[in-house]
Amino acid sequence: MLRIICPCCGERDYTEFRYGGDAEKTRPAHGTGDLKTWHDHVFLFGNPKGPHREYWQHVLGCRQWLVLERNTATNEVGVSRPARDAVSGR
Amino acid sequence: MTRALTRRLPQGGRIDRKRPIAFTLDGRRLEGFAGDTLASALMAAGVTLVGRSFKLHRPRGLLSAGVEEPNALLTLGEGDRREPNIPATMTDLMHDMVARRQNAWPSVELDLMAVNSLAAPLLTAGFYYKTFMGPRRGSWMFYEPFIRRAAGLGAGTYESDPDRYETRHEFADVLVVGSGPAGLAAALAAGRSGARVVLVEQDSLAGGSLLSEPLGGPLETWRNGRLGELAALPNVSIRLRATALGLYDGNTVALVERRGHLRPDPAKGEARQIVVTLRARAIVLATGAAERPLVFANNDRPGVMLASAVRSYLHRFAVAPIGRVVIATNNDSAYRTAVDLAAAGVAVTLADLRATPAPGAHTAARQAEAKQRGVEILTGTAVIDVAGGKAVTHATLAPISGGGARQTRECSILGMSGGWSPVLHLTSHTGIKPRYDETIAAFLPGGYAPGHFGAGALQGRFDIAGAIRQGFAAGAAAAAHAGHGKSVGGLMLPEGVEAAAAADAYGIEPVWQVPNLPKGKAFVDFQNDVTVKDLALAHQEGYQSVEHLKRYTTLGMGTDQGKTSNINALAIMAGLRGVGIPEAGTTTFRPPYSGVALGALAGRSTGHHFRPQRLSPMHDWHLANGGEMIEAGPWMRSWWYRWAGNSVGKAYIEEMRLVRQGVGIADVSSLGKIDVQGPDAAEFLNRIYVNGFAKLPVGKARYGVMLNDDGLVLDDGTTTRFAETRYFMTTTTAQAGEVMSWLEFLLQAAWPDLKVQVASLTDEWAGMAVSGPKARAALELALPGCDLSDAALPYMGALETAFEGVPVRLIRLSFSGELAYEVYAPADYGIALWEHILGAAAPLGIKPYGLEALAALRIEKGHVAGLELDHRTSLDDLGLGKMAGKEKAFVGRELRQRPNLQSPDRWSLVGIECLEPEKRLRGGSILFAASDKIEGHGRGYITSVTFSIELNKYIALGLYQGGLAHKGEEILCAFPLKGEQTRARIVSPHFIDPEGKRLHA
Repeated sequence: MLRIICPCCGERDYTEFRYGGDAEKTRPAHGTGDLKTWHDHVFLFGNPKGPHREYWQHVLGCRQWLVLERNTATNEVGVSRPARDAVSGR
Repeated sequence: MTRALTRRLPQGGRIDRKRPIAFTLDGRRLEGFAGDTLASALMAAGVTLVGRSFKLHRPRGLLSAGVEEPNALLTLGEGDRREPNIPATMTDLMHDMVARRQNAWPSVELDLMAVNSLAAPLLTAGFYYKTFMGPRRGSWMFYEPFIRRAAGLGAGTYESDPDRYETRHEFADVLVVGSGPAGLAAALAAGRSGARVVLVEQDSLAGGSLLSEPLGGPLETWRNGRLGELAALPNVSIRLRATALGLYDGNTVALVERRGHLRPDPAKGEARQIVVTLRARAIVLATGAAERPLVFANNDRPGVMLASAVRSYLHRFAVAPIGRVVIATNNDSAYRTAVDLAAAGVAVTLADLRATPAPGAHTAARQAEAKQRGVEILTGTAVIDVAGGKAVTHATLAPISGGGARQTRECSILGMSGGWSPVLHLTSHTGIKPRYDETIAAFLPGGYAPGHFGAGALQGRFDIAGAIRQGFAAGAAAAAHAGHGKSVGGLMLPEGVEAAAAADAYGIEPVWQVPNLPKGKAFVDFQNDVTVKDLALAHQEGYQSVEHLKRYTTLGMGTDQGKTSNINALAIMAGLRGVGIPEAGTTTFRPPYSGVALGALAGRSTGHHFRPQRLSPMHDWHLANGGEMIEAGPWMRSWWYRWAGNSVGKAYIEEMRLVRQGVGIADVSSLGKIDVQGPDAAEFLNRIYVNGFAKLPVGKARYGVMLNDDGLVLDDGTTTRFAETRYFMTTTTAQAGEVMSWLEFLLQAAWPDLKVQVASLTDEWAGMAVSGPKARAALELALPGCDLSDAALPYMGALETAFEGVPVRLIRLSFSGELAYEVYAPADYGIALWEHILGAAAPLGIKPYGLEALAALRIEKGHVAGLELDHRTSLDDLGLGKMAGKEKAFVGRELRQRPNLQSPDRWSLVGIECLEPEKRLRGGSILFAASDKIEGHGRGYITSVTFSIELNKYIALGLYQGGLAHKGEEILCAFPLKGEQTRARIVSPHFIDPEGKRLHA
């Protein structure tokens, strides 16, 4: 049903991908962060009705992780970027 | 025999009188023609009864000519092709078709279950919520078998389905749903633009409402012309007998194409039904509208039909009523039926609920035309009752105002029209709520998602000209949306059709239930026997919202999904509540639009095609050499071997004995294997494992445990350093995919600066475990050139070598607790190496052992595996807390320190030994302290069990509150499913060789 544009492989069916969770949050750098920081990162996240950035992995294709914009209310799928670009701000 | 109400006319109809088709109904041989549906053939043969109603067993006849049919559900076929509850209206008549009517015993004509009708006052809405409750708790199980036998309509078969079903994926620029006037016009416009068009039609012919028009008329000419044009366009594909089941996100539509009409006995490989997932750039919805019944007493008698259906049977199938017809209507459309029946020589009385002057723009003209044809017209008059148990005999009419005398009219068929409801199911699949329109007294689609376009009766345009114009415009707009914006010319209307610009309001005066009803059931939902009284009862008891009304009365929950009942019901409920219809709301429509066989949805994914199977490189060897296989997730693994016994219970014990005393070889190819390479590989491994990996020497392996971010254990495995920047990681079979994705996530999204590459090698290497005190000797025989001494290959050492030019990896590690080696060869050489080892080491008595023995051995050793690593256990729960590096950061370090993961009350790993020799331990048993009352959740459970040949008793691993602090204490293992309770003792989980002497041999 959903069609996702993989930055590497082009437009593909959602069945080629696996969902990877909320991408609106920033992971604490390795070795940093106390119990509370990690607790908030792992267990607390927004659940917006509307535009949402989330992780998907193209498991049956290039194996790239990407950040996808999806509207959680209408299931309209927007732009996707490789996760490494999204994380490093490129 | 019940009186016939209908007969076949000598000419006319879209049937081929040169091709008669014989079929049987309840064993009685009847005949129809090619082009008939089962329904039309029954009507032509004068069969009045099509079944008995669900709850009350009332005699029923056909109500409609389409998919909305609630009554004529028949069982078709025999033996393994038997299918119940098939609407006769949607079934092509086929040679030697075997049809049976349902829900009656001993016959539909004489149904003893009709005694239910007498109990009707007790069988009101929701009666089952108020009954079958006593006299004792558990009495339900007394009633249940009786209810089960009485429930349901038709009976299915327990035999396997011999037919084949396929699934397909397709793409189109423009999908047009419905081939009525609007749909044909849309397909033409889109087709002319050059777009790739798919037009789907659930009927066996294209034309929609046009199929109910007289043959030889201007509408038929127009239809043929458009079909000819469409056939000439190579980019247009028309699918008949294809129902659009649902409209999904991403402009995806699910279709089911029925192929049963090709022949009753499909040729080998021929699919009976095909489910198509079609993705379109634009979708035109031209699904039309369906007529509603009127609600009056006994409106369910055989012979009472939708007025438009009577007209369909007349023109399309040349089936006419015998005797007088009474038409009851609250709008203009039923006049067409009256006029056409009169033209065919049938006497007609029309009771128009509307008083004069009539509201519609064209009503006066329609009335005049009808009068001219000899139709008796009574305005301001309603049909209030119908008489005739198994076939209509006469109708009772009364002025709608209440005063004035009642009249009766003898008749055999009563055609009723309560208005038309747009078929908007697909639009509401996308979540767009319908909105009520007062002018047509019906719901319209509330809107369209981008890329969706509506046309025709779906939008309340019931006039042909409007439908065609809207369809043409929608088709052009859809094509433009799909990137084909070229001009598509104009479209001619059928001759004689009013080119009126304004919509035909068809003058409906909504009458949701005829007032001043006499005693007698007035049905709202025919299939589930829901009457006006049931609605009133639901309202009285507080089930007033439309969602409660539906579920309390079961209205709209039958196979017809309320296609003829939903609107009447919610309008009546609105009236009871004293609110407008928009406030009463609607229930949500969900796919499928009409019933679809589960087999069709399954397609080819049945039996061993249900999901992909993963096979080890040595799979064929196991099958050929006495290996009994078992599913382990998607993998087929060898479970036990016949050399060891003739049942798993005996074999695994012999296999265990061989490994503990001699040497065995096991296939471990399913373990996850990951290649980790790069300058930062050591740093990467050090971050993900709880224990140190940065200083692992080349040629050494190390057992590692990795946590999730949440501090709980994700997986364990062994990672070996084969070179400075090259590592070989193994994972558990079950978690291989998870771990792979996790490593990729960390490298791409968390630590993109680390220079590391990972690649899955699971399918690249065949893996074997050679285990037992004689394992070294066995491998020395198999790999003579290789130094396998304890000095050259110590415990947890690794080396890469070659045998006959083929690379071989050896890692000395043990799952069983014995001296053991994991041996890896490229998958293509798996069987060759396996056979070579078995052959070379044969003098030592080497034999293969399977998964059951593998598991039993590791339980004796106290190794945790998948059953303990269920993502709910922490490192400390598993007794591995000392592994965690104190100085280094690792994934999960912080949340591992959560207070509730540190509590001494946590359920942690223990060993359990059985104290009662005649009994056994079972996995999943709930554990209690010896003094506990045996109830509730206990203090833990058994995770893994085996019989230990070394200790000669049943042993287990488990999780127990407080863990090894209770070592030595007696506990009780309760297995309620079998009513067993067994005494046991908490011991160390390392049942054998706790110092590991055998590992270091």
